[in-house]
Amino acid sequence: MSQKALVEFKDLHTEFYTEAGVVKAVSGVSFQIRPGETVCVVGESGSGKSVTALSLMRLLANNAKIVKGEIIFDGRDVLKLKPHEMRRLRGNEIGMIFQEPMTSLNPVLTVGEQIMEPIIEHRMFSKREARKYAIELIEMVGIPRAHEIVDAYPHELSGGMRQRIMIAIALSCEPKLIIADEPTTALDVTIQAQILDLLRKLKSEKNVALMLITHDLGVVAEMADYVVVMYGGRVVEEGKVMEVFKNPRHPYTEGLLKAKPIIGERKERLYTIPGQVPSPLNLPLYCHFADRCPYVMPVCKEQYPDTFIDADGHKVACWLHAEGARA
Amino acid sequence: MNETLLEVSHLKTYFPIRAGLFRRVVGHVKAVDDISFVLPKGRTLSVVGESGSGKTTVGRTILRLTDITDGEVKFKGVNIHKLKKHELRKLRPKMQMVFQDPYSSLNPRMKVGTAIGEALLEHGLATKQDVREKVEGALVKSGLEAVHYDRYPHEFSGGQRQRVGIARALVLNPEFMILDEPVSALDVSIQAQILNLLVDLREQMGLTYLFISHDLSVVEYISDDVAVMYLGTIVEHAGRDELFDHPLHPYTQALLSAAPIPDPTLKRERIILKGDIPSPANPPRGCRFHTRCPYAEARCREEVPQLRDMGGGHLVACHFAG
Amino acid sequence: MTVQPEALKSSGQNSKMRSKKVDSPWRSAFRRLLKNKFAITAFIVLIFMFLFSFVGPYFSPYKDAKISVRDQYKPPSAEHWLGTDQLGRDVVLRLMEAGQISLLVGLAATGIIVLIGVTVGLLAGFYGGWIDTILMRFADIMYAIPTLPLLITFGAILSDLKFPPDQRIYLIMFVIGVISWMGLSRLVRSQILSLKEQEFMLATEALGLSDRRKIFSHLLPNVVPIIIVSGTLGVAGAILLESSLSFLGLGVIPPTPSWGQMLSSANNMIDFAKRPWLWIPPGVAILITVVSINVIGDGLRDALDPKMKR
Repeated sequence: MSQKALVEFKDLHTEFYTEAGVVKAVSGVSFQIRPGETVCVVGESGSGKSVTALSLMRLLANNAKIVKGEIIFDGRDVLKLKPHEMRRLRGNEIGMIFQEPMTSLNPVLTVGEQIMEPIIEHRMFSKREARKYAIELIEMVGIPRAHEIVDAYPHELSGGMRQRIMIAIALSCEPKLIIADEPTTALDVTIQAQILDLLRKLKSEKNVALMLITHDLGVVAEMADYVVVMYGGRVVEEGKVMEVFKNPRHPYTEGLLKAKPIIGERKERLYTIPGQVPSPLNLPLYCHFADRCPYVMPVCKEQYPDTFIDADGHKVACWLHAEGARA
Repeated sequence: MNETLLEVSHLKTYFPIRAGLFRRVVGHVKAVDDISFVLPKGRTLSVVGESGSGKTTVGRTILRLTDITDGEVKFKGVNIHKLKKHELRKLRPKMQMVFQDPYSSLNPRMKVGTAIGEALLEHGLATKQDVREKVEGALVKSGLEAVHYDRYPHEFSGGQRQRVGIARALVLNPEFMILDEPVSALDVSIQAQILNLLVDLREQMGLTYLFISHDLSVVEYISDDVAVMYLGTIVEHAGRDELFDHPLHPYTQALLSAAPIPDPTLKRERIILKGDIPSPANPPRGCRFHTRCPYAEARCREEVPQLRDMGGGHLVACHFAG
Repeated sequence: MTVQPEALKSSGQNSKMRSKKVDSPWRSAFRRLLKNKFAITAFIVLIFMFLFSFVGPYFSPYKDAKISVRDQYKPPSAEHWLGTDQLGRDVVLRLMEAGQISLLVGLAATGIIVLIGVTVGLLAGFYGGWIDTILMRFADIMYAIPTLPLLITFGAILSDLKFPPDQRIYLIMFVIGVISWMGLSRLVRSQILSLKEQEFMLATEALGLSDRRKIFSHLLPNVVPIIIVSGTLGVAGAILLESSLSFLGLGVIPPTPSWGQMLSSANNMIDFAKRPWLWIPPGVAILITVVSINVIGDGLRDALDPKMKR
């Protein structure tokens, strides 16, 4: 497991400056993605999961700033790259798939043109080669009649087809990493199954790493090798998928897993986590989950917990796992 | 016990497609195309389907928020779509609705207390003196606090707004509630809170629910009966346990197998449907599911399968079921 | 490319819930407005223009009707700060009185625009169907009438009928209002149509609320922001239209003054070249007033609808 990391977030802090004040969207996030690995970043709204990915792509809104930390991609600090180097990275070495397949394609260009764009830009293909390659890509993402679809406009395609096209664009330059931000949230269940299946297949064929951002624990269980759980702009737990699901160590992860109804279980009553998802404005200095936590201890309201690692490399930021606690 | 509260027979809702200079009707979107069911008092029926299945339109047509094209909806024996406007308004408090989007279902420029109380005043169910008390009661019942009366929607989180929407419906003391995807816009940790609240209210107030959703895990938790819709028709309708244990329609089977389950050790043989959901403006002939069905044969392309009782009230519309 | 962070969608509930004060959308809009220095400056300038026009005359040593041919065409001096006009009247006082008329015409015409525009837009948007068709086609017809020929004819008829000049301004207000409401009615109608798609409007039907309540408690409060903004900008438009009309001799006619009518003294070569004190002050007054109103309008738009800023 000592393979060199492809991506490494080191103590990332990203803030937004809004009318209501400074929003600490991401504070002190560190984790790694290894080559060919699928890492799922799970969290609810306001957890900072999307902002983490956008920080890596440096696609943050104007009122946002990365105030501290490093993001190492393939040996380079992404945050120190010049704009033109950053452009080479985006689309060429990192592909991105967004949540909304309806708005992430340009409505006035054919899908072929949109697939060809990065290939011509980054890989110096001629127009004819690029078109041939675009058709291959469309076939690869499982769309029939690729030579017709290449000349179609986005509005002629369904949501699922558009998401396939987005995947084709993301894959076109054979990137080392694909970031997928809630890629199936806007899709129907049967279409979601198709897209997840496709992502899994392409990932193993191309050996590309996948950073999958989602709120859906079902998707995580199906896709992930490694899970990063975020809450209130911080990583609260991370570990191998089996570890996290079988033996969740953070009370939040545990609560999330218990709160979700599961087909076939037919519980009389669902477990609930009390309270609201915290606002990223005015987060406390102590554990962000303390106010909702069933195991809360005095120390939880005094100090933000350190991160504790067990023998399997399963990390958790919770005082329960400090030496001697819970005993 | 088994008193019928709602009876829907041969309900059809078509939306005209207009085109050209004179906005001529050139076709119809058959959002709901001939569905029937009976909902006994005190039970919860879930309508499950994907986009384009017409599940939301079913709910809206039952409440006459959308005009019916054909068929009838009887609430306690009264044909809703034959009522005069003022008669319908008088009946409204008895049948309420909770909406999907907690952000657009509340008027941003109205205090939450006013929004909950206005219908009470309008229907003469409260006086100016006791309206505040009643509204505060409904807020507390929905898991909020009385002090929230004077707040505006933007001060609430998504889950709290959904509680306001529930309070607005239940303050009228309804018998029947349509819940249109009430938790699908909420965070996972909040969904469970709202689902439990709905279950509690059902018990306390003896409510009958029509629960509309695309999420089978949620449906399994809350329902007594389940109807699965595909392109405007019901393809399968059965008791909850029966439907989840013995799904008969290939579409229901595929839906169940496609739902992601949060257990990484589970290795399932998944049924992955090919293709997209066809447009309800131009549904396939014969069985509407035949374009995606792994078992489709010639007969499916020609003949429309009717709902058949496979025993014990398990209805399924498939030529090859059983 | 701007990406709206998911973090912001649900931001701020906790902190706001703790504060005791009710945070109504109006109050927060007001707070945002106070932060806008441009708008506040413009507002102060506008107040000054009003005070100048309505309170100023009481401090003037001259009387309005005083005509003194001896004093005609005096350049600016210590006695007459902005000189005198062709009838020997003090230009500063004249400017104040003209301001009263111009500002009144602007406000009253806007009142009429808002009244007709909002009523038509609300009814058309809310009821739809044939009511919508009739009202909007009527608005289209009104749009299609060429404004200037109509006004020229109208002005000529009034002059032929020897309509008393002091009552003429009321007619001008009315006419400007009647020919300018269509834009606002379309704006209101489209806003109503998009509000009708929101689930809270569906909820008003499901709750069995009356049409009156739907319109006055739910729709109207949500269109008030655009009414305020476009009404504010409308005042500027009406002032400009009145000025143009009066400049052309079709609006306010002497002896009633208005800024536009004062400007018309610049339409001969001698006054234009040799007596700039006759036309620069009213020109500047119109400019300052219209610019301030527009800045306030933009500020109000930003304050009332913060989403539109980005």
